[in-house]
Amino acid sequence: MLILPELYLILFSIIFLFISLGKSRQKTIITAKVLSFLAFIITVLCITNRGELFYSAYRVDLYSQIFKVLIAFGLCLVIFMFTDKDGLEDEYLPEYFMFLGLSSLGLMMLSSSVELISIIISLEISSYSLYVIIPLRRSQDSNQVEASMKYLFFGAISTGIMLYGIGYLYSMTGSTFISEIVPHFRTLMGQPFGVFALILTLTGVFFKLSLFPMHFWAPDIYEGASNTTTTFIATLPKIAATALLIRLAVIATPFHYSFVNALIILSALSMTFGNIVGLVQRDLKRLLAYSGIAHAGYLMMGVLTLSVDGIVSAIYYITIYVFMTLACFYVIISISRNGENSTLDDLVGLSKRSPLLAMTLAVSAFSLAGIPPTGGFTGKFFLFTNAFKQGYLFIVIVGAVNAVLSIFYYLNLVRMSYSKDTASFEIMKLSAHEKIICYVLMFIIIYMGVLPFGLMNIFKISLFF
Amino acid sequence: MEQQFLLMNTFSFPILSTAIFIPLIGAVLLFFIKNETAIKVTALITGIVNLILSFVLFSGFNPDTHNYQFGEFIPWIPSYNIGYVLGIDGITIFLILLTTLLTPICVLCSWTAIKERVKEFMFCILIMECAMIGVFCALDFILFYIFWEAMLIPMYLLIAIWGGPQRDYASIKFFIYTLFGSVFLLVAIIAVYLVTGSFSIPNAMFRNYSMTFQIWVFLAFAIAFAIKVPMFPFHTWLPAAHTEAPTAGSVFLASVLLKMGTYGFLRFCLPITPKASELFAPYIIILSLIGIIYGGYVCLSQTDMKKLIAYSSVAHMGFVTLGIFSLTLFGFEGALLQMLNHGVTTGALFLCVGIIYERTHSRQIFDNAGLGKIMPVYVGFFGLFSISSFAFPGTNNFIGELYVLLGIFKDHKIAGLFAIPGAVLAAAYMLRLLKQIVWGREDKREIEDMNLREIIYLIPLCILVFWMGLFPRPFVLTIEKTLGYLHSQLNVILR
Repeated sequence: MLILPELYLILFSIIFLFISLGKSRQKTIITAKVLSFLAFIITVLCITNRGELFYSAYRVDLYSQIFKVLIAFGLCLVIFMFTDKDGLEDEYLPEYFMFLGLSSLGLMMLSSSVELISIIISLEISSYSLYVIIPLRRSQDSNQVEASMKYLFFGAISTGIMLYGIGYLYSMTGSTFISEIVPHFRTLMGQPFGVFALILTLTGVFFKLSLFPMHFWAPDIYEGASNTTTTFIATLPKIAATALLIRLAVIATPFHYSFVNALIILSALSMTFGNIVGLVQRDLKRLLAYSGIAHAGYLMMGVLTLSVDGIVSAIYYITIYVFMTLACFYVIISISRNGENSTLDDLVGLSKRSPLLAMTLAVSAFSLAGIPPTGGFTGKFFLFTNAFKQGYLFIVIVGAVNAVLSIFYYLNLVRMSYSKDTASFEIMKLSAHEKIICYVLMFIIIYMGVLPFGLMNIFKISLFF
Repeated sequence: MEQQFLLMNTFSFPILSTAIFIPLIGAVLLFFIKNETAIKVTALITGIVNLILSFVLFSGFNPDTHNYQFGEFIPWIPSYNIGYVLGIDGITIFLILLTTLLTPICVLCSWTAIKERVKEFMFCILIMECAMIGVFCALDFILFYIFWEAMLIPMYLLIAIWGGPQRDYASIKFFIYTLFGSVFLLVAIIAVYLVTGSFSIPNAMFRNYSMTFQIWVFLAFAIAFAIKVPMFPFHTWLPAAHTEAPTAGSVFLASVLLKMGTYGFLRFCLPITPKASELFAPYIIILSLIGIIYGGYVCLSQTDMKKLIAYSSVAHMGFVTLGIFSLTLFGFEGALLQMLNHGVTTGALFLCVGIIYERTHSRQIFDNAGLGKIMPVYVGFFGLFSISSFAFPGTNNFIGELYVLLGIFKDHKIAGLFAIPGAVLAAAYMLRLLKQIVWGREDKREIEDMNLREIIYLIPLCILVFWMGLFPRPFVLTIEKTLGYLHSQLNVILR
């Protein structure tokens, strides 16, 4: 059963398809929680699977299985974060979970695909499900429809550009298998044509990662979609996109200077743009959207080194990014009463209303800003070290300056919840499982900050298998 | 690589790790306690246990070697050559003692002053202690950096939650200023790593780096440390943070956090980039002099007691950097003594302000004037620490400033001449403050004098003022060997 996790997610979606046909919808959320946890367990159990399927178009190895575990864990956490008040019409609940499952399925397939056509198909499976769930939100205004349309159009355009690039790749090498493209294409990478083709192909990945210049969708879609949907979009697709990015980017080598320089420019612009625009945001989800754009830039620092250590640090960074963003979004979901968007002012007095949530927010904000002893620091440290090692001093300095810039708005989150007082506040009671989510996320963030070597080794091993 | 610098631990247990993690364990314990008094007592006991442990540490300290003692070495992230390396020498032993001494004092001084969120407050204090001891013990760049930055978070929270009216502004400014410096520190650390291949601090010392490399690394280090000290153009975060922080926060800031900057100069800049240090020494000396004189003048016009003491820190720390960059043995010793003196005296002065603030709820000099007849005991303590602050002979600061001046006059006579007026200014502003507080005006208010708890926590500092002022020999003996080694190594390289 090489693809048990994928099969299970299909089953997961089918179960919800049937629930959506029936009348009784009382226990949908609990069912979803149980089933998603099962998905996580199954994926963990399948981590040692290895093999190739479908004429070698689909490769199951440690590398892909690690990403699948991350995706399953992320899905599990997102569904556990889901609350009744999340601004979703009750009648759409089963469909909602069905599409979350389908989208995760697409993302899992994406991390295993090593052939261009299957990459496109997986990418589209995950995207189409998202196009459907973005407008599923109790109508406050027409924002969610606008968001959905934007995501659809931008997604379609980026896929189009990607297909264009894939066309070049195919026409130059005569194959759609990455393993066959690599040896042929390396000789072509010295020419403008090759760089052009590879960057066009990567555009689809950049779109998922919301890397500059494919970032335009992020703020509006984050703002328009419901809180849980945003949590999903902000984390899971980026995991799979990183997996794909690494598979495609290693077509080039560090000696292809023009390709590396292009990535350096994209990385620098992405973090600078994200952080500068992030400074003036009031809406928390918009703020995190710009933060995501900036972090995509940091992530590229690891990929653009095209060295083993650099890529390992990129994988490490996307892992910690997922957890710290999830922690941040969890606080946003919890403080919004009826699933509306929260602004910075809604955080005022949070440390009195709910000390645990305030602490979770503080830990994740410090981690996003990259302050030890959190994982955000350790991740950034590995990225900086490896980029420096390869001699890309420019991007290290840009990254360092950006780390300072970003402090302003991350610290603002902590500042609002700790040092601003309100005259009246009501104490928020957290139930046991909400507390557990907070503790788990905080533990992971600190653990990854203090003891990184175990995970680093696993990631490193996975690259060679 | 580390082992050749590192003398193994002479105790049967890893004493430095114990000293670092006792506060952390105490902090975690606090989470399981509901009763407020029990929380305070637990924090106090944790602090005292660590103080006793540090005395044990001191009793085992061998002053006859310049090597790092009580060494611990565990590989931490082997693929990057990062280790969990601890060890102390003559530079750090007293700084650790100062930290462990001040923690129980800070708990005691917050006993009644902190009324809300006592648990979180004590938690922050203990985490601070953990990180501060960690900074002084760490002999690995990454370990050092993690402790160095981790310190920011509890300090930020101390100011942001329990601070004065402008705490919001002060805490953000403090955080961003310090973080700005730290990022350059991180880049410099990575640069050194790429050259030496390891993150070990002793391993990076006294090597033949190229001049260009030294200059850039020195500048990156110097920005980080100059902000922390703070030296003249970077000092603006200090008055805000000191003034708005709660008493315990101000004491930690003044007594320990500022020392980390000068500690950094001694531990990193001089041994790792000696040639660049010599090149930049005149500029740092000029900045120190500006700091001394400017700090003194600004103090003269302050009406807020805490702000006055905060600016006086700028002037005092100017003497420390002056001593370090005189690049003489006397200068080094004076600088280190002055670091300890400033920690004792300024910490005590902040405690005194805290005591009066708790009674009158004002930090204005005018509101607290004329306490001589109402609070005789308080005025006695306050007077002692004030005269110690302007280096009255017989008190601790006198010895420190004397050593610094001896050092600076050796090679930089003009700089020495400029430092003298700074010392006079100190007398001017402290005496002005003292006069106002003691005899300022006729006051008929009923203010309760110091109680036993407050006297208890000021007495150790009081003893130190006299001990270091009248009989500094034991202190000098302990630090002499390490600083002497540093000085001789610098001489070899520079001449």
